[in-house]
Amino acid sequence: MRRKRFFAIAVSLTCAGWPLTALSEGANGQMLAQACVGCHGASWDGQGAITDLRGYDRDSFLRVWEEFRTDERPATIMNRITRGYTEAEVAALADFFASLD
Amino acid sequence: MNNRYSRRQFGSLITASAATLAMPRVLRAQTEGRLLVIGGGFGGATAARFAKMTYPDVSVTLVEPHSSFVTCPYGNLILGGKKQLSNITHSYDGLRARGVNVIHDRAREIDAEGHRVTLDGGDVLEYDKLILSPGIGLRWNAIEGYDEAASEIFPHAWWGGDGSQITNLRAQLEALPEGGVVGLSIPDNPFRCPPGPYERISMIAHHLKQANPTAKILAFDSKEGFSKQGLFEDAWAELYGDMIEWIPASQDGRIMRVDPENKLFISEFGEEHRVDVGNVIPPQYAASIARDAGLTNESGWVPVDQHTFEAEAARDIHVIGDANIAAPMPKSGYIANSTAKTAVKAALAEITGRPAWEDPVYFNTCYSHAGADYAVSVAAIFRPTAEGFEATPDSGGISPRGPLSELSRNRRLESRYADAWYESITNDMFS
Repeated sequence: MRRKRFFAIAVSLTCAGWPLTALSEGANGQMLAQACVGCHGASWDGQGAITDLRGYDRDSFLRVWEEFRTDERPATIMNRITRGYTEAEVAALADFFASLD
Repeated sequence: MNNRYSRRQFGSLITASAATLAMPRVLRAQTEGRLLVIGGGFGGATAARFAKMTYPDVSVTLVEPHSSFVTCPYGNLILGGKKQLSNITHSYDGLRARGVNVIHDRAREIDAEGHRVTLDGGDVLEYDKLILSPGIGLRWNAIEGYDEAASEIFPHAWWGGDGSQITNLRAQLEALPEGGVVGLSIPDNPFRCPPGPYERISMIAHHLKQANPTAKILAFDSKEGFSKQGLFEDAWAELYGDMIEWIPASQDGRIMRVDPENKLFISEFGEEHRVDVGNVIPPQYAASIARDAGLTNESGWVPVDQHTFEAEAARDIHVIGDANIAAPMPKSGYIANSTAKTAVKAALAEITGRPAWEDPVYFNTCYSHAGADYAVSVAAIFRPTAEGFEATPDSGGISPRGPLSELSRNRRLESRYADAWYESITNDMFS
């Protein structure tokens, strides 16, 4: 966890603006991610047409999340869901999914 | 409590570790505490599986009367002819394989003070923490004449049970005379699965459109409005023409009495409606074990702490799922699944020394099938507040409304995602 925080800070120095600089600030990524298993597979391993979230690249995750949130990416439901989380929570989710094999 | 994970005790644990490792697993499990889960549905099965996976050294026992679980979600698809009972029936073998002690018996009585639960079979189970996920009870005779015997003629099909209620209703729909009338009686809030009756209307219409296109559906409602109303009404107009008539309370939609023998629904103003098939979804409250244990308030539901789901009326009993009071969160399978994990973390924090989830977020998505390749959804993200629960502002909401010509791809995708939801969440309960 500590190493990941350090990595996040390093990223924040090299990239401009949210979301890529987002810090999890203690938000519990593993528990937040429990919400996702209802559709994304019981081990976040994908289900049917729904995305496998394991090992999702952190920066890509944050970018796609932001595109859903701002309706820049076509969506059925993820646009509505992404608007319900704080920056720190999204960062914690990104850290968590990136850490999965 | 034996806090195996605290740093302070680490030194003494090193010297003890050789002996600990040599001990049989069952003995060590006992030292980590005993979690008892009552009810093997969306709340209880999720809680048992999550507890065993997250805290392998805690002993987890699940008490559930039925030897397999029939889900309420997707039961309506049996009515629509899209699923069979076997598609919505789940085994507890997966939980057993993970080390959950599954007991098929009915929990009869909770001794909250003594931390004991007595089963119908006579066994007494002791617990350190209890997760109670008992589901709903039906208020027999709240609608005059609607008791358990009447539910054989006018099925409620509002719990899974052994599957006989939903298959009874399906068989009656198949036997509906040509041009016959299907009547539904729908309760006032709160009740299990707010969009469920309207998905049911849709799936019955889906079946009748093919099998009996001149049949009628009369949906008598005790409310003035309902979940995803615009989306359902759009779908009904687009897919089923004038087959469905929804009658709100203000238009005498409240059914006060039923006469199963003569196949009658009798309204608030005394109007008698003859139906060929009747589906009565009666008013509900928390299942009897929660009421008998004194956990419910005057509403018949269980007040709980919004961070831990501990019952206000008893220490060490965490009540999840449809039985609790958690408005504006719906009584849904997804909320039961989501809150189960928070409740388990809170219940086991003291025993294991691992922290509860301090700032939990609760999550709901409900898909409803309105026709073939046609589903709509509602999503919401909830957080605890000082007073209760709150939907996170400017988020969630329902599928977009608009003409089917523009939204057919969206509806089709949501129908596929609904199927994926069902697979995924039942795996999170039973795999």
